[in-house]
Amino acid sequence: MPANAFNNFTDYGIGIGLRIPHYQHILEKKPVVDWFEIISENFMVDGGRPLEVLDQILEQYRVVQHGVSMYFGNADRPSREHLKRLKTLVKRTKTPWLSDHLCWGSVDGRYSHDLLPMPYTFAVARKTAQNIREVRDFLEVPICVENVSSYAEFHASDMTEWEFLSEVTELADCGILLDVNNIYVSSRNHDFDPYDYLNEVPHHRVGQMHIAGHTKFEKYILDTHDHPVLDPVWKLYDHAVRLSGHTATLLEWDAHIPSFHEVHDEALKANQYLGEVEAAEKTGAVATRR
Amino acid sequence: MTGVLFTPLTPGNNMRRKYGARPMREVVETFIKPNERLTSFERLELYNRQYWFRVLDSLYEDFPGLRAVIGEAAFMRLAEAYLVRHPSTSFSMRNLGHALERFIRSRPKFAGRRLALALDIVRLEWAQIEAFDNASLPALTSDDFLDTPLDRLRVRLQPHVLLLSANYPVDQLILSAKQADAGLRGEASNAMEETPAHAPQPAIPLPKRERIALAVHRHSNTVYFKRLEPEAYVIVCALRDGATVEAACAKALRRADPSIDWALKVRAWFSNWAQLGWFCRREK
Repeated sequence: MPANAFNNFTDYGIGIGLRIPHYQHILEKKPVVDWFEIISENFMVDGGRPLEVLDQILEQYRVVQHGVSMYFGNADRPSREHLKRLKTLVKRTKTPWLSDHLCWGSVDGRYSHDLLPMPYTFAVARKTAQNIREVRDFLEVPICVENVSSYAEFHASDMTEWEFLSEVTELADCGILLDVNNIYVSSRNHDFDPYDYLNEVPHHRVGQMHIAGHTKFEKYILDTHDHPVLDPVWKLYDHAVRLSGHTATLLEWDAHIPSFHEVHDEALKANQYLGEVEAAEKTGAVATRR
Repeated sequence: MTGVLFTPLTPGNNMRRKYGARPMREVVETFIKPNERLTSFERLELYNRQYWFRVLDSLYEDFPGLRAVIGEAAFMRLAEAYLVRHPSTSFSMRNLGHALERFIRSRPKFAGRRLALALDIVRLEWAQIEAFDNASLPALTSDDFLDTPLDRLRVRLQPHVLLLSANYPVDQLILSAKQADAGLRGEASNAMEETPAHAPQPAIPLPKRERIALAVHRHSNTVYFKRLEPEAYVIVCALRDGATVEAACAKALRRADPSIDWALKVRAWFSNWAQLGWFCRREK
């Protein structure tokens, strides 16, 4: 199930995030990397070095755009000005699909620069799906929405997070960027079984996956992206790819970023799980729920 | 929720105990669920902290010179008050400092005794941010103005060329401040940070008064400062503001020393500015 409408029928493998400390290495050494994920906002500028670097990367590599400020869950409609800037970048990168988060983050034009959790209600799901459709129709590119890691829950919620994700993506008819690390972080912060989450999401909508490291504190876990992927997350990832099939996978490493090789080697560990799934797909073995 | 989220933290980086006249705990409990380990208050506090850590960190990294001038503690007081008055209205934290100069002018007590220097440095640091990623339009070529007489020729400055005059040599100060500082604002990401970690900035000598004129510009995707002679500064400012080349030169040289060969100088300036690609076509 690697290629689907939500990742534009591509069959991308393992990618890593394009980050400033690695620019020089990538541009000089041109390492073999299947694809890079860029944070759209870092390149939604009018000129200068960010766009120059991006153009050089685009000459050599496949790039997928990932956003952090579309805020599908906002009560307002998506900003037309923001969409125009984003579309300019979409045309530049020719990203096969575009992802952003299932969250809200600004009110009345005031930005939190955070991925804020949403109350899981049917009314919110409908409004969020409407926003996703509007963004997709404007950008003319498939959209995958990413589940966020969260640290708070609302009294107003009347469904689980995975039910909400399913509801939104069905209503919007969009894809899912399944962040396995975020599922783990939220499961520990909100005391649910992460395997229930994985089992219940619509697997045919998963267009991409994220893996990352996190940090444990005494009473909660933070999604810090500053470590290698931890074992429980690899186990969840294993289960996720068995359910969804061989899926484009991206390692996020955003703080205390080590060398390019260290990041890339960590990402490539996902091959072990993807290889097993590929073999199982060839032999017709069926994925099982845990 | 946003009202709580944007409420500044206590000096110990905790969420405030009161929201207006009401206990914060009581307010937060109305919409956030507790769990077995964290109260509603503690759960929302994580987001309240993240918001302030993120925006303060961004300003902190963007204005090392201002920090050096007014001191770290004063800077943090200024930054918090500024962000309360001017919260982010852009998807990008690159724009956070857009009204900082205006804010300091309206609330000079935040800059203390070094107001003039603080205003100069903040204008320079904002100009650097603009010069870094403002648009670069196709540069003018000789064909663009070959047949236009100077009294009708108007050119436009590239958006990545910013002009400023200052009462202090802030170009030198900023270089010292950056050498002493840890780094630049990070990229946008969706990672969380537990606490901001900043090494204390070593003190740097502050400059004496000296009137300067500067162009902050981008060349080969690197931001540079270029000192301008007073007459040259008047010319580029006039061009930026829409004057013809002839009118800009006339304005600059109105009271110029007649013993100097200005024609030679002006030709050299224009030649240099053209080489740097500063001019582009003026929009009709």
